[in-house]
Amino acid sequence: MPTLAPVDAQSFVVRAGFLKDVPYFALGDGDLCFVEGAESRTKAHKAGLLAAVEAEDGNSLITSGDDGKIMQISADGSAEMLAERPRKWIDMIAAGPSGAIGFASGRTAWVRMPDGKEREFTHERAVGGLAFAPKGLKLAVARYDGVSVWFANADAAPTDYEWKGAHLGASYSPDGKYLVTTMQENALHGWRLSDAQDMRMSGYPSKVKSWSWSQKGRYLATSGAQAAICWPFFGKTGPMGQNPLQLGTRGDSTVSCVACHPKEDVVAVGYLDGMIMMCRFEDNGEVLLRRPGKSAVSAMGWDKMGLRLAFGTEEGEAGTISLI
Amino acid sequence: MSQTQDAAVEQIPVTVLTGYLGSGKTTLLNRILTENHGQRYAVIVNEFGEVGIDNDLLVESDEEIFEMNNGCICCTVRGDLIRTVQNLMKRRGSFDAIIVETTGVADPAPVAQTFFMDDDVRAKAKLDAVIAVVDARHVLQRLEDTEEAEDQIAFADVILLNKTDLVTEEELATVEARIRAINPYAVRHKTERCAIDLKAVLDRGAFDLDRILSLDPHFLEHGHHEDECGPDCDHDHDHGHHHHAHGHDHAHDHECGPDCDHDHHAHDTPHSVKSISLRQGDLDPNMFFPWINQVTQIQGPNILRLKGILAFKGDPQRYVVQGVHMIVEGNHQRDWKADEPRESRLVFIGRDLDFEALKDSFNACVAE
Repeated sequence: MPTLAPVDAQSFVVRAGFLKDVPYFALGDGDLCFVEGAESRTKAHKAGLLAAVEAEDGNSLITSGDDGKIMQISADGSAEMLAERPRKWIDMIAAGPSGAIGFASGRTAWVRMPDGKEREFTHERAVGGLAFAPKGLKLAVARYDGVSVWFANADAAPTDYEWKGAHLGASYSPDGKYLVTTMQENALHGWRLSDAQDMRMSGYPSKVKSWSWSQKGRYLATSGAQAAICWPFFGKTGPMGQNPLQLGTRGDSTVSCVACHPKEDVVAVGYLDGMIMMCRFEDNGEVLLRRPGKSAVSAMGWDKMGLRLAFGTEEGEAGTISLI
Repeated sequence: MSQTQDAAVEQIPVTVLTGYLGSGKTTLLNRILTENHGQRYAVIVNEFGEVGIDNDLLVESDEEIFEMNNGCICCTVRGDLIRTVQNLMKRRGSFDAIIVETTGVADPAPVAQTFFMDDDVRAKAKLDAVIAVVDARHVLQRLEDTEEAEDQIAFADVILLNKTDLVTEEELATVEARIRAINPYAVRHKTERCAIDLKAVLDRGAFDLDRILSLDPHFLEHGHHEDECGPDCDHDHDHGHHHHAHGHDHAHDHECGPDCDHDHHAHDTPHSVKSISLRQGDLDPNMFFPWINQVTQIQGPNILRLKGILAFKGDPQRYVVQGVHMIVEGNHQRDWKADEPRESRLVFIGRDLDFEALKDSFNACVAE
């Protein structure tokens, strides 16, 4: 039976997960809360924390906030400022290979290289999301009317992938073959990078705001419908011409957050009413992990072994769920 | 709609401030931020100016107009606002309301539409009112030169006619008549240095269907014969009986001020906003809804605002509608009172609207 250990986060949970097996909760009020036995809090940002992402090595968390600062915080609570853009709200960050960090505000994206040097990439219209390619120091910037992929090391023009509309989030498939964006419309867009073939993944009743690649990148699980919609990305054509899996279907709520298990074809599905279920791809088997609460599940993250799930909600309910 | 099942969280009210450069927007904003009213505001500005910066809830936001991929040319939203509102919601306990200051030349429609068209924003925030600050001294020139100045006035729920100390009474009367000609349904206040009781600009509920008509006394209570005066009106109205005891003039026709035989600019200028008020008795809902859908689909780009209170045959309840361009929403409000005449009224504020065609087609919606 899964057991739930609650944490009173008291603020919007922006991201939840584990750093070196220590559960963390990055909170909208600017705090980073670690729970190793007792709770400990680090003030990451004076005013508010807008985004957080785990460093590629999993040993630290990169956060950004209303104060224009990009911070790197380790599991022991030690913090270092990596970059600052005074008076900008930095609400997009991405962690890249060898400690490279991407961040953005407005129409500009920056990459902080592993050696601490910064590069700036400007766009004509609003930047919506960032993602590093799994290999090479390439940053994909989702923007209005498409995506620009920049070589962070080189003074070259970006490779542009165009599709009309506002692209809000970006993600590479783990094998690097596909680039997917979320859109202002209730849809995903994607490109097969070998030939820039467009893919449209639509049919959602609301915007897709949370997504997660399953182990080995076979499926992309997404929020935004009454079930977790999981698009197949294996085979030659990926999701093209295929129907997605629909896991954890409910008639009375909408999926707000998804987190794929790191080892199994299983996804944790969080809903607007706070419920969390675990669903198996193979047979749609379901296990209830948390009953509905006060507000929407806003963040979930598994530990490395896939034995514990950290979660948080918009109203600051949080906790860890242990499967054993 | 994603919020329906999880509506437990109260929506944060949002006030939009518009006005040309130099009209006094920043003065009003500073008043709102410094006066002791016990409310905490998050403020979204287009650029950090003279606004008090000692507020960590002040955010600069570059206007980003997003077109929606739904084939509707006027369905635009402010992408930067969607983002900023979502970011603000991560620290929701730290403020009570949001104020959006637009650039002087901004079209207010995308700002307003953001709060209707984006489900996430809509679930968390609701548009309270659009406030236009107007510089009494320069507005007439602005109206000659630009469409934006006219749009801002046409779009407003509350108009602050500011800098009244810099014009003569005659000039002020001319300006007022011109503003009324564009938008007779906004509540107008004359101010110097934006000195005004903030209750007059905040928490107005102007887009709240439940409150839609209580804000609009001349529309709500006084049965003026707006629709009797066509767009080409230049005949002499007897205005005497239209005036009311309480101070400010009520505008009672779609474009003529108290001295309506003067030259109407609205007729001459290429970009001219007019308001149209339609009145009838009981309507047939099976006629009305297809009609309003068609009107807003086809003429949506030219319709800046619409508001209505409607009586449907056999329906004991008032039905209220409001809209922005192609977006229309409506709902039952309350029972008609016994002493209240069952009447359907619909007001359009827009550009290049064919008054006669609208009137005729509206009249065709009357219940048999």
